[in-house]
Amino acid sequence: MATTEFPAVEEAAPARNGQVRVERRERVIVRFAGDSGDGMQLAGGRFTDATAVFGNDLATLPSFPAEIRAPAGSLAGVSSFQIHFAERDIATPGDTPNVLVAMNPAALRANVPQLERGATIIVNEDAFTTRNLQKAAYDSSPLEDDSLDAFQVKRVPMTTLVGRAVEALEGATTRDAQRARNLFALGLVSWLYDRPTEVTERWIEGKFADKPTVRDVNLAAFKAGWSFGETSELIDVRYEVLPARDVPPGVYRNVNGTTTTALGLLAASVRSGLPLVLSAYPITPASDLLHDLSTRQSVGVRTIQAEDEIAAAGMALGAAFGGALGVTATSGPGLDLKTETIGLAVALELPMVIVDVQRAGPSTGMPTKTEQSDLLAALYGRHGESPVPIVAASTPGQCFDAAYEAVRIAVRYRTPVILLTDLFLANGSEPWRIPQAASLPAIDPAFAQAPSNGAAFLPYARNADGARPWAIPGTPGLTHRIGGLEKQDVTGEISYDPVNHARMTALRAAKVAGIEVPDVVVDHEDGAELLVLGWGSSEGALRAGVRRVRERGRKVARAHVHHLNPLPANLGEVLRAYRRVLLPEMNSGQLLKVLRAEYLVDIHGFSRVEGRPLFAAEMEQAILEMLP
Amino acid sequence: MSTAPPLPLTKADFQSDQETRWCPGCGDYSVLAAIQGFMPELGIPPERIVFVTGIGCAGRFAYYMDTYGMHAIHGRAPTIATGLAAARDDLSVWIVSGDGDALSIGANHLIHALRRNVPVKILLFNNRIYGLTKGQASPTSEVGKVTKSTPGGSIDPPLDALSLALGAGATFVARTVDRDKQGLVEVLRAAAEHRGTAFVEVLQDCPVFNDGAFDHLTQKDAAAVNRILLIDGQPIRFGLDHELGVIRDDDGTLAVARVDEVGADRLIVHDATCEDPSLAFALARLGVLGAGPLPLGVFRAVDAPPWGGDLVAELRAARVGLGDEDIDALLHAGDTWTIAG
Repeated sequence: MATTEFPAVEEAAPARNGQVRVERRERVIVRFAGDSGDGMQLAGGRFTDATAVFGNDLATLPSFPAEIRAPAGSLAGVSSFQIHFAERDIATPGDTPNVLVAMNPAALRANVPQLERGATIIVNEDAFTTRNLQKAAYDSSPLEDDSLDAFQVKRVPMTTLVGRAVEALEGATTRDAQRARNLFALGLVSWLYDRPTEVTERWIEGKFADKPTVRDVNLAAFKAGWSFGETSELIDVRYEVLPARDVPPGVYRNVNGTTTTALGLLAASVRSGLPLVLSAYPITPASDLLHDLSTRQSVGVRTIQAEDEIAAAGMALGAAFGGALGVTATSGPGLDLKTETIGLAVALELPMVIVDVQRAGPSTGMPTKTEQSDLLAALYGRHGESPVPIVAASTPGQCFDAAYEAVRIAVRYRTPVILLTDLFLANGSEPWRIPQAASLPAIDPAFAQAPSNGAAFLPYARNADGARPWAIPGTPGLTHRIGGLEKQDVTGEISYDPVNHARMTALRAAKVAGIEVPDVVVDHEDGAELLVLGWGSSEGALRAGVRRVRERGRKVARAHVHHLNPLPANLGEVLRAYRRVLLPEMNSGQLLKVLRAEYLVDIHGFSRVEGRPLFAAEMEQAILEMLP
Repeated sequence: MSTAPPLPLTKADFQSDQETRWCPGCGDYSVLAAIQGFMPELGIPPERIVFVTGIGCAGRFAYYMDTYGMHAIHGRAPTIATGLAAARDDLSVWIVSGDGDALSIGANHLIHALRRNVPVKILLFNNRIYGLTKGQASPTSEVGKVTKSTPGGSIDPPLDALSLALGAGATFVARTVDRDKQGLVEVLRAAAEHRGTAFVEVLQDCPVFNDGAFDHLTQKDAAAVNRILLIDGQPIRFGLDHELGVIRDDDGTLAVARVDEVGADRLIVHDATCEDPSLAFALARLGVLGAGPLPLGVFRAVDAPPWGGDLVAELRAARVGLGDEDIDALLHAGDTWTIAG
């Protein structure tokens, strides 16, 4: 049996200065798992920040149930946070963890199936009570039988140890100690991987500055976890993951996709001079964008928590009519509700950005699980001929560029733009090379001014981009009326003329089709006959899968699409340049359908709709199967 | 910049060049004329006025005003206007809606605009029928109403717009009728002066699908005994010779009584500025839209800070001078580290 018994605390060995072996690892995957109330997201988040500051490349995958408080100790209530960090550039949050921290039997049971042989499991053995074992549907304790023989199991009485660490603190209650177990686990894993402690300690001190007892309890628990690693003989190997060396030079920061989406919108607001008005209705996982922007009044941002998704869209459009950068953010079901307003924005030809943080559907689906299955809804989910540009973000950091690009297109072409991100991007984090504001493209609102020659104002006259004037209320000489009724070309007056309707339909389509988007860039290898194509958040898994295949000495090309409407001008040529094309998606083949229809190319799809990101290993396998 | 008409403005400055396309005899014509005639009083140039409308006959209103205008989608005009008010504090924003638009498909937005006290004026044209879709029952149609969609008579009790508005916390609530130009303009004037949301129900005749619904309020003889004109600070009296009045009955409800029978001292004195909405609500419940005496005028006008206070101005001030260095500061917030080249 691989289980290591922990000696009684009183008999713990003294510090073994230097006696612990240190092994170097190129990359490591750690998963913190516990009950929803165990603070696993916090522990994972703190570990991530320390890891980022240490200089590893990293990617994370938080996973939590939709229920805020599922019954304590139940399988339904298990929450986890996975981090993949490495001394080289990495692309995904990792497939299978090397280390699992399980705070209770349910967390163990829910996560063991995803472990590979030899993985390390650190359990809070105090939580393995008869009652908790029952809740996790264990007949007997897995710590006492041979079911975990394939793993290195480290039994740590975390609850007991935290209790002892804080018992001397004045005012600390048993409950305080209970709630600090996650910091103990964090301290232990931080020791295991030699993470800098100052980052976490500084965070605790700042977070609980006005609650000295809670601060002291958390600091004590964190230090106790670290000291436990150092002084007990339970763990005899520490791991060293050196700072990443193959990443481009620059100033970096650890970010999730929600933060970068917010920053992209903020940067676009400041650079364009357009005040940002974000209206949203709370919905997982898009609410965090509302939360973030609600703290940005210092840069002139106005946020509105609307009465419903429809109102949120209407408010963004009303703000845009008034000359603001109108943005609404939502997730799947909310996109359905906004469709009529997006159609109005298409008819009005006003700038507006709709952020759709995709999650698993249909209907309520799996609100806390990721998917990229709203592409067809974004493209076609409106009545009538209603073309809308679509930009899709590919990594947490790239959400910044995607958000900025969505605003650029919306303002230049006077059109609603749908920005597709997803739950994995919104919640996942990675080091982000911070761009220079001065390097961002200009965004010019170019508000209309009254014709100087006294000529009548023509609200639907178009410029070379096919865009109409943005004439905002308050501008003398430009009073005009717009609406959802079909308009006469150029004058914008109501028109039921069939020929005019055909012309306006064509003009709206041509405007969107003619949007300048960059060519798709191919990561080509001489001799490659297979192109692996992707869009959205699968980029990391595809990059990692392609790299693994290349490490085997096989030839393969890769390209990623960031503009879904219009598609890059060179995409057809790129697709036809390869004998085979593989297109993995976290849906049932939505872009596949579009590209086959658009280019008549026999692309092969790869579909996963399991509410999780694609794995590098399954991409490697899928690519290998496509190679001759 | 020179194209703005110099003040003072006239009615013609607010008339667009669009051909008006309501049915002959539609009450909307008189409302449009009254509003176009009233607008110069505001002293606001047309380019600072915005009309936002929903769907329905009333929705066409935006096209006929030579101001900025948006004919939006069904029920959503309050959301558009709220977004506009969130971005701009220098505009006079008016919503024109109908009974289906405001009380059925868009009722949710109506109550939330009211509870926020968004600085907009909401004019609800209530003809108690769906006109543009050619004659179905509306949420204000009376029980038993025979329409194309209710051939056996409507079984749905009607919604009272004023009760709903008061329940939603509206700070300004008024009711008027299309053919009473003077009453309409007085209500509009009071609405224009109100700094929060002003909600005005305009009872309006649909000569095609619900003709004569408000004849008892507009035909000369009947009007005198059926219009209970509310005047702030005055005892509530009406009738050809002010022989009728409103009293509080022994059970606490309001009732119409003959003044000579109950005595002038028992008449209720109207108080539109009372914080407590109970009297306004009781007045809203007094009378039935379709028959008998009905209170008209300003039910409630309570001054309260409009939505967001001075937030638009504060955010505008916050944006002054923002530039690339501010973006760079935002992007570099928190822990950063440098990888040397």
